[in-house]
Amino acid sequence: MLRYTLVRLLGAIPTLLLVIVLAFLMVHAAPGGPFDAERALPADIEANIARAYHLDEPLPQQFLRYLSGLLQGDLGPSYRYRDYTVNDLIGTAFPVSLKLGAMAMLLAVMVGVSAGSAAALRQGSYFDRTVMAFSMTGISIPVFVVAPLLVLLFAVKLQWLPAGWSSTTSASRIVLPVITLALPQIAYISRLTRASMIDVLGRDFIRTARAQGLGTMTVVRLHALRPAMLPVLSYMGPAIAAILTGSVVVEEIFGIPGLGQFFVRGALNRDYTLVLGIVVFYAALIVLLNLVVDILYGVIDPRVRRR
Amino acid sequence: MRAKVLLLLLAALAVAAVVTCWEVPRDEGPVLNRGLAAEPESLDPHKGRSSQAAEVQRDIGEGLVSYTEQGELVPGAAQRWEVSEEGTTYTFYLRPEARWSNGDPVLAEHFAFSLRRLVNPETASFYAQFLGDLVNATDIIEGKKSPQTLGVEAVDDLTLKLYLDRPTPYMLNLLTHPSTFPIHPGSFHEHGESFVRPGNLLSNGAYVLEKWVPGSNIAVRRNDSYWNNAETSIERVAYHVLVDAAAELNRYRAGELHITSDVPPDSFQAVKKQYPGELQVSPTLGVYYYGYNLTKPPFRNSPELRQALSMAIDRDMLAEKIIGRGEKPAYSWVPPGVANYEPTLMSFASLTQEERNTIARGLLAEAGYGPDKPLEIEIRYNTSDFHRRVAVAVQAMWRDALGVEATLVNEEFQVLLANVRAREITQVFRASWVGDYNDAHTFLSIMQSSGSSNMPAYSSSEFDSLVERAANQTDLDRRRLFLEEAERVLLADHAVIPLYFYVSKHLVSPEVSGWGDNVLDYHYSQHLSLSASE
Repeated sequence: MLRYTLVRLLGAIPTLLLVIVLAFLMVHAAPGGPFDAERALPADIEANIARAYHLDEPLPQQFLRYLSGLLQGDLGPSYRYRDYTVNDLIGTAFPVSLKLGAMAMLLAVMVGVSAGSAAALRQGSYFDRTVMAFSMTGISIPVFVVAPLLVLLFAVKLQWLPAGWSSTTSASRIVLPVITLALPQIAYISRLTRASMIDVLGRDFIRTARAQGLGTMTVVRLHALRPAMLPVLSYMGPAIAAILTGSVVVEEIFGIPGLGQFFVRGALNRDYTLVLGIVVFYAALIVLLNLVVDILYGVIDPRVRRR
Repeated sequence: MRAKVLLLLLAALAVAAVVTCWEVPRDEGPVLNRGLAAEPESLDPHKGRSSQAAEVQRDIGEGLVSYTEQGELVPGAAQRWEVSEEGTTYTFYLRPEARWSNGDPVLAEHFAFSLRRLVNPETASFYAQFLGDLVNATDIIEGKKSPQTLGVEAVDDLTLKLYLDRPTPYMLNLLTHPSTFPIHPGSFHEHGESFVRPGNLLSNGAYVLEKWVPGSNIAVRRNDSYWNNAETSIERVAYHVLVDAAAELNRYRAGELHITSDVPPDSFQAVKKQYPGELQVSPTLGVYYYGYNLTKPPFRNSPELRQALSMAIDRDMLAEKIIGRGEKPAYSWVPPGVANYEPTLMSFASLTQEERNTIARGLLAEAGYGPDKPLEIEIRYNTSDFHRRVAVAVQAMWRDALGVEATLVNEEFQVLLANVRAREITQVFRASWVGDYNDAHTFLSIMQSSGSSNMPAYSSSEFDSLVERAANQTDLDRRRLFLEEAERVLLADHAVIPLYFYVSKHLVSPEVSGWGDNVLDYHYSQHLSLSASE
């Protein structure tokens, strides 16, 4: 078991290293620099700043400097937000994005699966068709259209919810962002569940269960739900990716200090360290999660270990 | 079994998320909510750069000199000053009652310490050159001299002397800028670079930094030790970083903002109708222009061509119909309303557009272009719906009036800047300039051959010498003549095509009083008050 874990761990390191190198090269390849602006800096000041941030050193040297900082857990100072280090910014932004994403995912799964199953059970009815129509619009209408509409309705007209994150500290400020983020996923998941559930409900073992006298809800709960969920489970990967990218727009519109917003702003500002830091962070997270899953597989299924 | 565990985990996650999100809203009393168009890079006076950073810094600090809400210079941390006859020595007498937020008195040495830090190459300040006229400033920035040699002297606790290389008539205006604000040396030595963190940062201004959530908002509260604290009405101010103007408008409509930083262009007309008493539009010190790349053909050595293209643009229609947000068409380089200055207008300012087009066609032919040799050029602009709209209008005007075929190229802002600086592929490009202080010099000095913000690479020895002579002139009236003549030369050369002058647009809630329109668009929170609400 230990050897299995170690092998997996060692395999993760080159992956991470490759990501860092590629990200570093790409970030520096973009034209323009972190301190360019319309109000140009006089040459000597530009030189002072370049020196202070080691931008005047050759690229390999900058890379090694970055790498050695990385090994000590220091992601460097933000080039743009001069009062903060990248560690600071990621430290405050990640919990926010995580909370937002996790709640959106939860909402999407709960509502999506329920709606999809209910639609499958009433296949062909008005209910079914309404649910499917809603999900179609949820998929087609982009986030940056839905979000302002929701804000207009619930925050401006009805004044039930705050229009922005910083307007209040109460929990109500998370409602609109979570709903906005979850909507497209609810749409996908409900369609997926419905199709899968219809397929499962047509199978022989379901007919057997019915023949045994079990009620519909019991059949669904005990026998149909789990196999029907398999496609949804495999969709979780892309779903999480979609929520991560969708969160950028949501964060921008609601003014939420999350990782997505910092990532985009960092890219536009050529804030090398911030962008690199977030890329490395995400990469490390994904590698870690994969590692955990691999190890869990090894624990659950002994056959895997022998390979 | 596994599914049950998973479900339980998800449920726990949900509960945890909601619980951690829930904070009991504290009753903190009335807060002034202002919108900020961008996140400040830093609240360190020497590391800020954007106008948004300056906006916040103006509330949490104070310079020797300050402004009223109407834009008039008034004593700030200094209660009075004297200028020597040659104009090269300024003596400031500080207020004995001025205090930092921890109760320490504000001393002349604090200003001296601060200015030395500003020019110190290690600080890597963007505004190091701002007080470049101080003795030895340039040498220190270049690393040739120690910061201790800077032309500042704390004669005693409350007397500060500034020594200049040349008489700089707008010096007092410069001293209102946050880069000249003092920092507390004790705090700096104790905390090092983290002296700017909320909780550490001491303030000699009306407010103290309380909290900064990067990406979201900045909160400040009243500085009880401020010398003029009795006049400060509002207890707390929150700046909300809202990059998207449409989102900011929604917040205002929802009643969550008292002051917006801007109004989205597409909604301007609707907002004007819906909130007539709350929309504040006022001219500011900014010019939107198209620059020529003067180092390459076809615009190098071709003043007729440059003039023709400039004349063929109907600026009135552009400002009124295409833009339609209260901006003023620009027939000069320096905006109107600048102190002690009357902008020169372009020679064709009083003609009708028809007349201008006729003359332009003649000039185009003189330059050697016509139906058998059509002119094809590129207009570059940074990607934005608005800039595209302007470019499309200009493209159409040039085609209809002159038969010139212009291709539009849009680029990301940093890419455009890099291209303009490189001067290789650019021809006509969109640019803008916002003045740093209320004086014509801030607009004209950038067009000197040595100017680092000289985007068109304009190089005229006549212009350079006029600006130089103005800079050395103590007599304000003579100085003004030199500056106005310099502008005339710049416009006659048609180095640039000024299109319109910026206006500031804010939505100001009727709950706010004390708001004054001024050409610098400075609105100190300490001048405002909130009528009773909530």
